[in-house]
Amino acid sequence: MVLKGRAWKYGDDVDTDVIIPARYLNTSDPAELARHCMEDIDREYAARVAPGDFLVAGKNFGCGSSREHAPIAIKASGASAVIARSFARIFYRNAFNTGLPIFEAPRAVDEIDAGDLLAVDMRNGSLRNETKGREYGIAPIPPFMQELVAAGGLLRYMAARRKERVGP
Amino acid sequence: MGMTLTEKILARHAGKEKVEPGELILARVDLALGNDVTSPLAIQAFRSLGIGEVFDREKIALVPDHFTPNKDIRSADQARMMRDFAREQGIVNYFEVGRMGIEHVLLPDEGLVVPGDLVIGADSHTCTYGALCAFSTGVGSTDLAAAMISGEVWLKVPESVRIVLSGRPGKWVEGKDIILHIIGTIGVDGALYQSMEYAGDGLAALPMAWRFTISNMAIEAGAKNGIFPFDGVTKAYADGRSAREYAVVVADRDARYSGEIAVDLGALEPQVAFPHLPENSRPLSRVGNVPIDQVVVGSCTNGRIEDLRSACSVLRGRKVHGNVRMLVFPATQEIHLQAMREGLAEIFVEAGAAFSTPTCGPCLGGHMGILAQGERAVATTNRNFVGRMGHPESEVYLANPAVAAASAVLGRIGSPDEIS
Repeated sequence: MVLKGRAWKYGDDVDTDVIIPARYLNTSDPAELARHCMEDIDREYAARVAPGDFLVAGKNFGCGSSREHAPIAIKASGASAVIARSFARIFYRNAFNTGLPIFEAPRAVDEIDAGDLLAVDMRNGSLRNETKGREYGIAPIPPFMQELVAAGGLLRYMAARRKERVGP
Repeated sequence: MGMTLTEKILARHAGKEKVEPGELILARVDLALGNDVTSPLAIQAFRSLGIGEVFDREKIALVPDHFTPNKDIRSADQARMMRDFAREQGIVNYFEVGRMGIEHVLLPDEGLVVPGDLVIGADSHTCTYGALCAFSTGVGSTDLAAAMISGEVWLKVPESVRIVLSGRPGKWVEGKDIILHIIGTIGVDGALYQSMEYAGDGLAALPMAWRFTISNMAIEAGAKNGIFPFDGVTKAYADGRSAREYAVVVADRDARYSGEIAVDLGALEPQVAFPHLPENSRPLSRVGNVPIDQVVVGSCTNGRIEDLRSACSVLRGRKVHGNVRMLVFPATQEIHLQAMREGLAEIFVEAGAAFSTPTCGPCLGGHMGILAQGERAVATTNRNFVGRMGHPESEVYLANPAVAAASAVLGRIGSPDEIS
């Protein structure tokens, strides 16, 4: 699967309060959350993001609260993935659990400018900056997580484990 | 090679003799927690699989604390969804408004978390219980749903960094200052994916309330958890509090740590974290002139009775500055009652502060104290991100309760010494 779109570039320590401010957490409707995604640091993003675009950021992306509304908002905004130097740990789990692809690619992040056209090939694990004509490797998904994906996600995996132990 | 506190607790809950950093495990949870903001997504996920019952109705805690007492119709709908689920499933540990508290203060106080436990919660400050020598960490709603289904969580065993505390803290220095100093030193991702394990002779000077504050803000350094060794202070808190027996876990002498950070408590001043990251901490003497509009005392970080006592020790007989709104949130009903019995509520109200029912409200910019454009607050809470307490152009300065109370009197960030 190839993801393709333009880069929206942000700095270090983008926290979940700016990804989706708490004042909107009185709903879990993805479309509504998406309308307010990133608005406290970027008024343009939610209105202008195109399907397939990427959020590109520095270190510790998604720090702060455990709200799963954050990856849900990003995914529903149309973005195809987040590329960062590093991710905060709860965001990393939540992105995986909600099916938002995320990639740690420090060197690529340094060389990506806002608006660059990017393509990620999930099969061969490559990230291409088409604007700059550069290519980077991205780390594959850890084996345990591949197992979860194969089982149809974390919930189905856990449901199967429960069935094994206590019966249907 | 021996094991750290975190490795030992994780091994025990994964049914293994030994675990090593980097290893992925499935671990049994003693308690899984959700609140009125994170539970609705977990409940939807749980129901989507058509599973009838939760794995154990005594091992799930549901606490409406974020947008409660209900701030608007949609928050009321979310709170109702959690309440209905709790009733339908017979969840034993559901705490209604009027009998509740902020989750991370309530659950240990009620004896629902005990030393040696493994606890996950769909709230990032679930790491608070490390103060009890338990392993606890924040997860998302899907992880909570998975735990409600199977009673398990997948975890990557973290490396542990050892934080060695020495000496005795000086006047007006509290747990909050210790953790703000550490975050200021290592940064908001300084312990990313790691466990922060405390040690050293300075521990003896740390009461339980301070330890909760310090573990609570482990997430603000990117850590998975922040854990204290079991000692006499832990024992005094834990004994007789729970119907469940606790387990005393001790780190091996030859445990492996990824690094060590030394903190001389005697050299610390009270700290203030400037906008917009908790790592922007400075000693109080280097704050300068920062006029303020609001002071918030409360939250899972600093809403305990000891915190209210500390604020009152400064506020007693004084008045909140004419330009300042001071809001006080005891973290639980029990603390609220205790504050009334001790006369603390009276001190706050006579000083001109609002004394509220427990809620997370203002800490996350939910309700009960939202800041307007350009306004500044001193708060005993845990985060000062852009827009955290309201308008994206408002500012939050993090401090301990005594400094917050002094600032309320002065109308600017200042020291209790300036008014006493």
